[in-house]
Amino acid sequence: MAEAPTGVQTPASAARHAAQRPPAGLLPASFRVTSRRRETRDTFTLELVPVDGGPEIRFEPGQFNMLYVLGVGEVPISISGDPGRPSTLVHTVRSVGAVTRALCALRKGDVVGVRGPFGSAWPVDAAAGHDVLVVAGGIGIAPVRPILHRVLAQRARYGRVVLLYGARTPADLLYTRDLEHWRSRLDAEVQVTVDSADRTWRGNVGTVATLIGRAPIDAEQATAFVCGPEVMMRFVAIALQQRGMAGRQIFLSLERNMTCAVGLCGHCQLGPYFVCKDGPVFDLPRVRPFLTVREM
Amino acid sequence: MKTRVFQREGLQPLLEALAEQFDRIIGPTVRDGAIVLDEIASDADLPAGWTDDQQPGRYRVGWRDDEAVFGFAAGPHAWKRFLAPPDVRIWTVRRDAGRLQFEPGRTVPRRDAFVGVRPCDLAALDILDRVYLQGPYVDPGYQARRQAIGIVAVNCTAPGGTCFCASMGTGPRAGAGFDLALTELVGDGRHEFLAEAGSARGEGWLDKVPSREASADDRAAAARALEEAAGRMGRRLDAEGLGDLLYDHLDHEAWDDVAARCLTCGNCTLVCPTCFCTLVEDRSSLGGESAERWKRWDSCFSREHSYIHGGYLRASGRSRYRQWMTHKLAGWHDQFGTSGCVGCGRCITWCPVGIDITEEARRIRGAEGTPAAERIRS
Amino acid sequence: MKTIDVLLAEHPFFQGMAPGYLEFIAGCGRNVQFEPGRYIHREGQEANEFYAIRHGKVALEIFVPGRGPTTLQTLDEGDVFGWSWIFPPYKWVFDARAVELTRAVAFDGVCLRTKCEGDAQLGYDFMKRFAQMVAKRLDAVRLQLLDVYGTVERR
Repeated sequence: MAEAPTGVQTPASAARHAAQRPPAGLLPASFRVTSRRRETRDTFTLELVPVDGGPEIRFEPGQFNMLYVLGVGEVPISISGDPGRPSTLVHTVRSVGAVTRALCALRKGDVVGVRGPFGSAWPVDAAAGHDVLVVAGGIGIAPVRPILHRVLAQRARYGRVVLLYGARTPADLLYTRDLEHWRSRLDAEVQVTVDSADRTWRGNVGTVATLIGRAPIDAEQATAFVCGPEVMMRFVAIALQQRGMAGRQIFLSLERNMTCAVGLCGHCQLGPYFVCKDGPVFDLPRVRPFLTVREM
Repeated sequence: MKTRVFQREGLQPLLEALAEQFDRIIGPTVRDGAIVLDEIASDADLPAGWTDDQQPGRYRVGWRDDEAVFGFAAGPHAWKRFLAPPDVRIWTVRRDAGRLQFEPGRTVPRRDAFVGVRPCDLAALDILDRVYLQGPYVDPGYQARRQAIGIVAVNCTAPGGTCFCASMGTGPRAGAGFDLALTELVGDGRHEFLAEAGSARGEGWLDKVPSREASADDRAAAARALEEAAGRMGRRLDAEGLGDLLYDHLDHEAWDDVAARCLTCGNCTLVCPTCFCTLVEDRSSLGGESAERWKRWDSCFSREHSYIHGGYLRASGRSRYRQWMTHKLAGWHDQFGTSGCVGCGRCITWCPVGIDITEEARRIRGAEGTPAAERIRS
Repeated sequence: MKTIDVLLAEHPFFQGMAPGYLEFIAGCGRNVQFEPGRYIHREGQEANEFYAIRHGKVALEIFVPGRGPTTLQTLDEGDVFGWSWIFPPYKWVFDARAVELTRAVAFDGVCLRTKCEGDAQLGYDFMKRFAQMVAKRLDAVRLQLLDVYGTVERR
């Protein structure tokens, strides 16, 4: 008799004293805010380092962390920093609820809890050798920023690099310094558009989907990374396919109610997927059947 | 592995053998007009002579005309309440010396002997194992509790009106996953248990009970009783290809129909032996210097279940019932390699308006390959 | 200097149009150029023309009292604008202003209308192109209307 089939591999007494420390991912670690920068009226970028100088959080572009504010709660926030600089965590947070409001109100020196990183990554390495088209809308620029860091750090590995970014108004644009920097490069194309603007705005007005038709990419072999409100992503996916891109060349990052971040709480489901662990990044064919079903 | 037969009187020595190795014995007992799962002090606490009548939206206990100890179907409690309790502290945090000190909620599990686990519920435990233990992240509390239990299963000879385990392939006979599995043989002046050991531990318990070798007749009698039980299931679910069928009909009108009846009360998710959704609740001290995070049972029938900033993704009852049923019968296969339904019938019995998952699945199936005229009649 | 029909053949709006038709309608067109900041047409003015942008950027604006001129949409190389010339009362509904130095082919509306009325085949081809462009523009504006990036605070 090798072992009991009820899963009792150890004697009951040993099980009683078995270490109950949750594996990495279930218990937050303490991080200190080293910088807080106001991006827009309601959006801030925080930089965090481990309080105890503990192990840095290595992450892949597209992954997210769970940020916890003592006494308020925990929320999933995508990682927006440079994957080549994992010593500092960068998170851009928009104040839309109790926890994000508390996060945006943090000051330099304040301490938060961090679990992560979680979830699937943008297949940035797999896009090597081809054109990269990044399409972002609103706060959706935050989860794609690490793609640009990675691709521009290894610029020679890629074909043309294009960022199309849509926001509500010029005042809602995030990372304006980055945008200026990227735009000043001769080897990257940045196009920005807003939904409405006054006379002082000399750029594009219109939805980001309207920029796709003219994006300077070879649609047959490019990889598109798309992040923004779900409606916008649906329209962008249509425009990309009209451009001649196949579904498998298109990647989206989805947002659902991620509470545990490890596939155990059941909240973030979309059809057969747990968005927290099977996503948030999916290729279009995997999620296409569910994106147009209402209230899925 | 030993198979032996013991008399009705052998139950007490069996419980005593369990009491030596476990902190608690949990088993079926009659309370508040239902056969629930609770701590058992002796065999007198077991529901001897009791049975239940289960129909959609209806549950009543009553008397049997014999003294069978396990002559009833699955009650409102599922074993998940002991392994993944409704309210668990997952961490404590306090501000200390410029950092947040997080401490995991320690689980020093009680060693529980589960007595009277039905084959459907055994299948449910296997499913919960897949959820909590076999993914990239293990639930440490579940793991600790799970490792500390012993299981005396009881094969089902008294299926209820809402049972359909036979069509789900999970019962009425326990296949694996037990230390000991009993089949109650009652009638014609006989009241015995055929006991099959499933582990060395189970054999050890059996050794403490006066018993005899099981004869071919004993085995045949047990097989007959279970065969009869399989034929007496009140319901059946045709699970063949059901997952794809549901995904192909996410906009079927049947969802509107069930939504018109569903109260979105979440009873089905509470009684379901495999539903595992949880939410978290932060409880902080008045001074704000410390807090606790608790994990509580949640239900996909609550609006908040699908909250993302700005709104609720599943605002309608229609979408919430669809989420529950497609998760159970379709998504589960993709996520865990098994159906999420074991055919225990609890969701049918405890639905206040008697919504029947087997009937709802049949409606969707009716959409395919059935002439429209027939669809209208059914 | 390229002739108008050659310029049109290069423009996405006229892509695939029979060369005979291109030549035919090129007769209604002329080359125009607008300095940055210059109005191309103003709300309420008579709509006599239709423009195919060859180069530059044009903002469609409306003046909102208290808020000033507000840009609704920008149009670039390869876009066309102006459809008020097709239907009575032939008046512009928005302002159009060159954001950058803009080169375009401007078509005389009366001339185009006359040609389309006279040759139903051409009229149909022309109107199909217009309908497709209008539908695309409408989809984009609908999406803009949704204000998808707006903050909705519920709890």
